[in-house]
Amino acid sequence: MDSASDVLSWILLALGGGFVFVGGLGALRLPNFYTRMHAASLTDSMASILILLGIMLQAGWSLAAIKLLAILAFLLLTGPTASYALANAALLSGLKPGSSADESKEN
Amino acid sequence: MYYIVSIAILITMALALARALLGPSVYDRVLAVNMFGTKTTLLLSVIAFLYGRPDFLDLALTYALINFIGVLAVLEFFQSRSIRRVNNRVDGN
Repeated sequence: MDSASDVLSWILLALGGGFVFVGGLGALRLPNFYTRMHAASLTDSMASILILLGIMLQAGWSLAAIKLLAILAFLLLTGPTASYALANAALLSGLKPGSSADESKEN
Repeated sequence: MYYIVSIAILITMALALARALLGPSVYDRVLAVNMFGTKTTLLLSVIAFLYGRPDFLDLALTYALINFIGVLAVLEFFQSRSIRRVNNRVDGN
């Protein structure tokens, strides 16, 4: 394994771990549903890109890299779609954006 | 290094579970479950390289697809329920 790509992959993995942790903290701590969704979509897109790219650098040119690329493509396709459907459903159900703290209206 | 990343992902999965348990609306819970599934995919692909078993990547691929379909099905159910409720309210008035 080339050492430069090794260092680059460790940096990518560390950044991805940091993004994952910050997004999880935000999804727990932020006051409103839409802000929580913002934090969760941060871990969905950016952290997935960083971590899977870091692992892909470790894998080199092999079948595992192709599988990782497929996982990344699926995550990037499905994450924003699920976020959009979630926001759409929440908005249709009457959960207002812009309220400062959440009022627990339905179960 | 894989250990650090997998521990970060595990901590985030615990935080997402906490949000799913105490989320006030049902959409918070769906959001947390979706996040949990995505983190499971990432954790499976990290574990595949942590233990040197690339078979786990197939599991991660399958889990990504199943998680997406499941979240969309649950959302479709709740969305049609809320639309039905709005229609009932309009009919009642």
